[in-house]
Amino acid sequence: MPDKKLFGVTALFDSADSILYAAKKIKEAGYKNYDLNTPYPIHGMDDIISNKSSRLGYITLFFGFAAAAFILSFMWWTLAINYPLVIGGKPFFPLPAFVPITFEFTVLLGVLSTVFGMIVVVFNLPYNSHPLHDTEYMHNVTSDKFGVVIEADDLLFDVNKVTEYLESLGGKSIELIYQHEEIKFKVFEPKFLIFLAIVSILSAGATYISIDKLMYIPPFDFMLNQNKGSAQSISSFFTDKHEMRQPPQGTVARGFIPYEFPGVKDTNQFYGNPLLPSKKVLELGRRKFLTFCSPCHGDYADGSSRLMGQFPPGPTLHSASVIGFSDGKIYNIITNGQNVMPSYAYQIKREERWAIINYIRVLQRAENPKPSDFTSINELNKEAGNVQN
Amino acid sequence: MSKIDSGYIKKELPKNIGKLGIILLVAGIILSVIAYLTDPARAAFSYLTAFIFLISIGLGSLFLVSLEYAAGAVWSVPFRRISEFYASSIPYFILLVIPLFFSMHNLFTWMNPEVVAQDKVLQGRMVYLNVPFFVVRDSAIFLIWWLFYALLIKNSRKQDESSDQMLTTRNIKLSLAFIPVFAFTISIISFDWMMSMTPKWFSTIFGVYLFAGSTWVALAVLTLSAVLLTENGYLSQKVKRDHYYSLGTLLFAFTVFWAYIAFAQYMLQWYGNLPEEIIYFIHRWTGGWKYVSLALVIAHFIVPFLILLPRSSKTNPKILIFVSIWIIAAQYLDSYWLVMPDMVNNGFTYSINWMDMAFPIAVVGLVIVLFNSMAKRHNLIPLGDPKLQRSFDFHL
Repeated sequence: MPDKKLFGVTALFDSADSILYAAKKIKEAGYKNYDLNTPYPIHGMDDIISNKSSRLGYITLFFGFAAAAFILSFMWWTLAINYPLVIGGKPFFPLPAFVPITFEFTVLLGVLSTVFGMIVVVFNLPYNSHPLHDTEYMHNVTSDKFGVVIEADDLLFDVNKVTEYLESLGGKSIELIYQHEEIKFKVFEPKFLIFLAIVSILSAGATYISIDKLMYIPPFDFMLNQNKGSAQSISSFFTDKHEMRQPPQGTVARGFIPYEFPGVKDTNQFYGNPLLPSKKVLELGRRKFLTFCSPCHGDYADGSSRLMGQFPPGPTLHSASVIGFSDGKIYNIITNGQNVMPSYAYQIKREERWAIINYIRVLQRAENPKPSDFTSINELNKEAGNVQN
Repeated sequence: MSKIDSGYIKKELPKNIGKLGIILLVAGIILSVIAYLTDPARAAFSYLTAFIFLISIGLGSLFLVSLEYAAGAVWSVPFRRISEFYASSIPYFILLVIPLFFSMHNLFTWMNPEVVAQDKVLQGRMVYLNVPFFVVRDSAIFLIWWLFYALLIKNSRKQDESSDQMLTTRNIKLSLAFIPVFAFTISIISFDWMMSMTPKWFSTIFGVYLFAGSTWVALAVLTLSAVLLTENGYLSQKVKRDHYYSLGTLLFAFTVFWAYIAFAQYMLQWYGNLPEEIIYFIHRWTGGWKYVSLALVIAHFIVPFLILLPRSSKTNPKILIFVSIWIIAAQYLDSYWLVMPDMVNNGFTYSINWMDMAFPIAVVGLVIVLFNSMAKRHNLIPLGDPKLQRSFDFHL
């Protein structure tokens, strides 16, 4: 059998004492890669054979820690970052409540990784068994015999010598065990892989059509037509004919603060701009300005509308009167609208409005700079070593 | 003498041990008396801490002895005497508790009639928490422990001479009777002396908490002395690394068990967040106690867990000695953490005090003196035990 690689030589013994004696002798002879297989644990065997400890433990340890790290960060991200949810009045990241889950997940992944690690490392995936499995030898040592195997990768290994040596120790039914044959796994053949790809595409397509398309075609669309109220439709049940319900009197949604000054033109008498013109705020204001304001007022707030007269163009914001507006007044205009301009209360959040106001101030300053701005720019250039003037 | 070749030759322990014990005991007692004379209120809390610590060692050791009998354990037979020696402080509990009975008004809020008069809940609890019942039941418990200790130890010692197997049978029956009594009484002791310091707080797992800690520290003192005695040739040469491994495994198991119990108690009360329950942990999370609580988690669980986790450290004498000493210190920290933060309930303000060291010195001294005198009079190995040979043959 030239294509088969030798795994090792096995021998059977009749009693626990004889196997311990044989193990002692084999160790003395200098063999390193050998193993004993017995039907039950023999006390004292650990002292005789110096088994190198299994590396499986490290796989378990690694995956255990990885599982703990993963599940903790997963819970942190879902419950504290992505969708913060108040549960039982606890913090968003309640560590004590997460400890049991972390523990369970650590154990689960530790155990699973041990099993899969055994299959991968010991059985050498895609093979699913050890060379000793399904041999006459294994059959014997799992019932009433005591066996020893000297593996072929031992430095002193020589088939004939080992066989003779085992015989001299009193071993019976000496057997040569071979590695698995080089099997060509049909799973990896291109034909099968192509078949697998086609089946995947077909089943994915069928699933997509049946869930996303078929459900909207009669008679499968019964889920669409249910006896329930839907938004924006007239109710036959409520006296006010609205399907959508108003919040109860005197309540507001969580995190929502109603507009405090309805009908007041210049809220600056109540408060000024709560946001400082920091880089972050100005960036936010620029983005929102370009989205909501620039179509009418122009990218630089100079009234050069992109709408080209299809709509009354917005006025320039660089006029003396607008520059003279207080922040509160501009805020009120964005919130409630003015003349042709509609209210933007529903499109632009409050702090975004204040950010836009900050950005408008920047644009105004850029259009009508103060002399001090030039000197400071010159100084900046000088400091940077630019000789331009 | 027995027919078994135990390899044990009775030797006197080094004289230094006895001297050290006496010095520590005398110094501890003098300091403790001074403490009581200068500030009886503060001293009572320190004393209670040390007393709980002593109970942990003594009672935990007696539990280990009875556990060996009840479970029919074989490997631990050569070490049983050591646990018996450590349990020899049990007869002194009834004497040592007397000063505490006299300082109950300092320890417990419910002793203050003005506080009770304003509190409906406390009035209901006075059925259980009243001085006569308290004194009677706790004295009775100490006497019951003494009784079981005396019976178990007497049989065990008699066996050294007679090698009578019936004595083992008798002790198994005694142990089976003792374990439920132990479970019940240790709960009552923990409820009375520690839980009632926060009189409206309750935790049904509290007795188990003390049980976990006391068995743990009893195992630690056992491991410490077993390893030291074996390595220095006072115990039999037939004690092997397999025995060490078993001791280390039990230490590891009780490390995890304590963490489990402590966390179960903490998490439920933290989650429930009810005023009468969470106050216990608020007292232990305000001011510097926050760091003590965190240190307890690290010292009582994480460090011993990580040290004892690898297989090799459970058979390494040096590591076992180190971790045992660590555990004894951690258990004292636990007693401290259980008692001291409750000073605020009585209107005292806590501050660290030299007295906190005086009483533990006396406890350590007492334990060493008792161990030394026992070791002088009795064999370190139960020579007549029928399981002795099997325990020497013990293999993993």
